[in-house]
Order: sequence, then structure tokens, then C-alpha cells
Amino acid sequence: MWNNLFPNIEMQDLWVATYETFYMTILALIGTFIFGILLGLLLYLTMKGGIWQNKYLNMAVASIVNIFRAIPFIILILLLFPFTDFLIGTIRGPNAALPALIIGSAPFYGRLVEIALKEVDKGVIEAAKSMGAKTRTIIFKVLLPESMPALVSGITVTAINIIGYTAMAGVIGAGGLGNYAYFFGFQRREFDVVFICTVLIVLIVFLFQFIGDYVSNKLDKR
Amino acid sequence: MISIEGLSKFYNTSLSRITAVDNLTLDIEEGDIFGVIGYSGAGKSTFVRLLNRLEEPSSGKVVIDDETITSLNANQLRVTRQEIGMIFQHFNLLWSRTVKDNIAFPLEIAGVAKREREERVQELIELVGLAGREQAYPSQLSGGQKQRVGIARALANKPKVLLCDEATSALDPETTNAILDLLVDINERLGLTVILITHEMHVIRKICKQVAVMEEGKIVEQGDVLDVFLRPKQQVTKKFVEQVMGTNDEDDGVEDLISTYESGKIMKLHFVGETANQALISQIAKSYHIDINILQGKITQMQQGAYGTLFVQMDGDPDEIDRAITFITDETSVEVEVVRDVE
Repeated sequence: MWNNLFPNIEMQDLWVATYETFYMTILALIGTFIFGILLGLLLYLTMKGGIWQNKYLNMAVASIVNIFRAIPFIILILLLFPFTDFLIGTIRGPNAALPALIIGSAPFYGRLVEIALKEVDKGVIEAAKSMGAKTRTIIFKVLLPESMPALVSGITVTAINIIGYTAMAGVIGAGGLGNYAYFFGFQRREFDVVFICTVLIVLIVFLFQFIGDYVSNKLDKR
Repeated sequence: MISIEGLSKFYNTSLSRITAVDNLTLDIEEGDIFGVIGYSGAGKSTFVRLLNRLEEPSSGKVVIDDETITSLNANQLRVTRQEIGMIFQHFNLLWSRTVKDNIAFPLEIAGVAKREREERVQELIELVGLAGREQAYPSQLSGGQKQRVGIARALANKPKVLLCDEATSALDPETTNAILDLLVDINERLGLTVILITHEMHVIRKICKQVAVMEEGKIVEQGDVLDVFLRPKQQVTKKFVEQVMGTNDEDDGVEDLISTYESGKIMKLHFVGETANQALISQIAKSYHIDINILQGKITQMQQGAYGTLFVQMDGDPDEIDRAITFITDETSVEVEVVRDVE
């Protein structure tokens, strides 16, 4: 039955492709989380009325964020080829996709982080200041914990973007389900492969969404 | 304890300069509960934030406990702030932390060791009456309970001064009273100096010893709460006193009432804060051979005693009435004003 419906599926290849998609998504997610929070914090702290209010730094960071968000992902990958080659030593395979994935999604997540931080009650920050808190304490004990549910929902949205990006990166040789669907499905006219890859990607998206929602709800004590 | 000299705060906008606090000079004694009252926009919230430099003063000097706050650098200011507790209208608790961890927060900032921290938190929880709620999150507490957490948190580092910014304005009257009682209790037990900002005269009446009335960034009237209640000079102060005592319209009603009495003397008794004289009426009735008829009045209790007015009619031998009046004016703090002499 399985063989009749999906004659061209090689379980071994499918497994490897799924594994590569997870591998790229999770590593890119970790990188995006770290760089996104850094960007978001910089945007938030340097904005007007912020703790490190600095018009020029804020403008510089905002410009970088805007520029990288404006570049279509598929072009960003091509643009980053020399950089990737220098950093990873190759432009093929899952590892080579990581710089582009992180650079492509960290600015987006950075904006979400900025929005989340702006939602933190100003009064609570003022209270922390009135207790004599250092900026570091305010960042790690007030800003980040108080915005954590929004940071988690933000990274969930970003994760789903990243899964989409891995498929795009796959088409130009990064591996994963996108790669498998394009080279083995589309180019060989074996559409059962395309179909199965689609189903798997949708399931992975659902999985990330479910985990994200669950964690965000658990963290929210409001 | 706290001395403030020529304190001002301006905000510059592109078009004009707004003066939030205008050249304030003030001294507050140790252990005092000092009230600052004013309508919104009077600059009282800015004023209290200037004291711990949550707002940077434009000019002037603030000295708290021999420490010149206005000349500290950023690091010294942080350390000094740990000795100045502050509570807020909207409590400003961290929703992500339990009651216990919220109270522990200032101790973490001050670098207190974990074991010591836990002991201190437990003490504070007992002090503010929240035992059993240690593990609750702020969202599970009522407004009054949240403010108790706020107070415990403000007291964690054993401050010498407690700043209260509209601390009861978000609470219902009953809860307000409970929180005010707690503040008085803390003031007496810990000898803490309390500065309290409010727009409710009721709060001033109930717990303050000294009061300053603010309008347009200036202190327009200041003194003992009783004096201010008894002889409000400024229009704004009169309005605040009316909040608690009712308006003078009631006196108009008295005029009609008075005209219906055809004998004796009608007089207005001003009670000013001596609890010892609360049995005044029965004392006079017993000592002098006159009848006393209470017509109308309102007496309210304050931190330093009773305050209010009472309209009475005294009937009987005129000489005896005069003797009674002499007794009241000479022997008690109650002031007598004869409204109408029938004879």
C-alpha cells in the first residue's frame, strides 16, 4: 500500500532530510535567540527615554535591522556566499545555511524583542531603580523575566519563519526537506516526494507552535 | 532628617519651559509622617521623585540623614537608594515573581546572602500580615495585599525614609484605612520617617503630623495638620479641608435652625485636638446649672486628636452661661464663638 502510493520514497533519505531540517532549525533558532535579544535590548535601551539613550547608536542599530529585514532571504543567501565560505569553509550542507538563517531572522526577532520589552511596565523598572538596581540587574532580573512570555511567543513565530527559510536554503543545496523535495521530487518529477516533504514540514511547524504556546502559557503568571 | 533647599524641576519643551517643582524649601523631622497634598498636576509626584533622584533636579539641594543626595555620583546614589524605601500607587510588583521573591528582590540588589535573605523576608511577611501567602503570585492578590507586598519590599533593606507616592489612591476606602494603619504601625515601631503624597485629605487627617499643600509646583501652605485644618488660609487648602469636613453650606442650614430657638445663647465650639476634653459637654452640664442642647456638628478624629465644630444652645441663667464659657475658653483647647445671643 505505502509502496503503491509513494513509490519513490526512500526512508533513509527522508530521515536524513528531516534530521537536517531539525538540525538547521534548532541551531539557527539558538543563534537567532541570542542575537535577536542583543539587538532588541540595544534598540530598547538606546531609544529615547531609555537607560542608555543614544540617538546615533539607536539609529545605527535600527538601520542594520531594517536593511537585513528588507533583503529577500533567497538573495541574502547568495549575498552571504563569500562570508559563509570564509566562516564555515563550504557553501553547501546544513552548516553552511546557518549564517544566512541567523542573519536573516535575528533582525526580525530583534524587533519582536524590542516590542516585548516596551510592554514591560515602566513602573516596575522605576521601582527597581528606586531600590538601587544596576542596569545589569534591571536587564536580567526585570526586563527579561517580565517579558519572557512575549519573548517565547516571538521566538515561536520566528521558528516558523526559520523552517520556511531552511526549505529555501535547501533548494540551493543546504540539505533538509526543502532540498529533498526540490532535487528528488520536483526535478525528477516524483511528486509523492514533494507531498511527503510538505506534510513533514507542516507537522514540524505544528510541533514548534505547540511547544511555543505551551511554554509561553506556563511562564505567564499575570 | 531631611532638608530640602531651593529644589526645582523644569521640563523644556520646544515651545516653552514647564515648571513642575518650583523652588521648594522644606525640613522634615526624623520619625515624622509628613504629608504632601495637592491636585493632579500640582507637582507632588515629581517632588517625591526628586528626593531619590528618579527625576534629576534642575536645581536645589536634598539632604537625607546627612547625605547630600543631590551631589552623589551614579554609584553612590544607587547605594544610598537602598536606604530609601518607596511605594507606589500601582504597587509595581514583578508579576513573574512570587510574594516572597518580590520582597527578596531589593535584598538581592543589596547583595544579601541567601540564608539571611530568607530570614529577613519571613520577618517582613509577618510584619505586613501576609503570612501564608509567600508562594502566591501578585495576580492572585487583592489590591491591599499587593500594597502590603510593596511595603514589605520597601522596608527590606531597613531604610530610614519611606516615600509613598499615592500609595492608597488605587485602593477602596476600607483597604486604604488598613494600609494607613500599617504605615502608622511601622512608623511607630521602626521610627521610620514617612513622606506621603496624596490627593485625599482623609489620608492626611488620619495619619500625618505635618502637612504641606502643593499647588503649581509650590508649597502654598504648610504646618501642623491640626492648624491647617483649623485655619486653612489658601483657597486650595479650604477645598481639601471641605473634603473631610463637608462644605460651609452646612452652616447656612444652621442659620435657619438657630432662628427657631428663642432663648439662651447659640454658640459654635471649635474642637482642636485634645482628646482629654471629649467629655466636655457632660462636664459642663454637671458643673454649671445650665441646659445644653446640641444642634448640629461634625467631629472627626485625627492623628493628634479630635477636630471639628459643634453648634450648641446653652439655656439658663446668663451669668451661669458666661461662667461656663469662661471655663471652656480658659481650661480647655476648645474655642468658643457665640453665634447669637438671644437676650
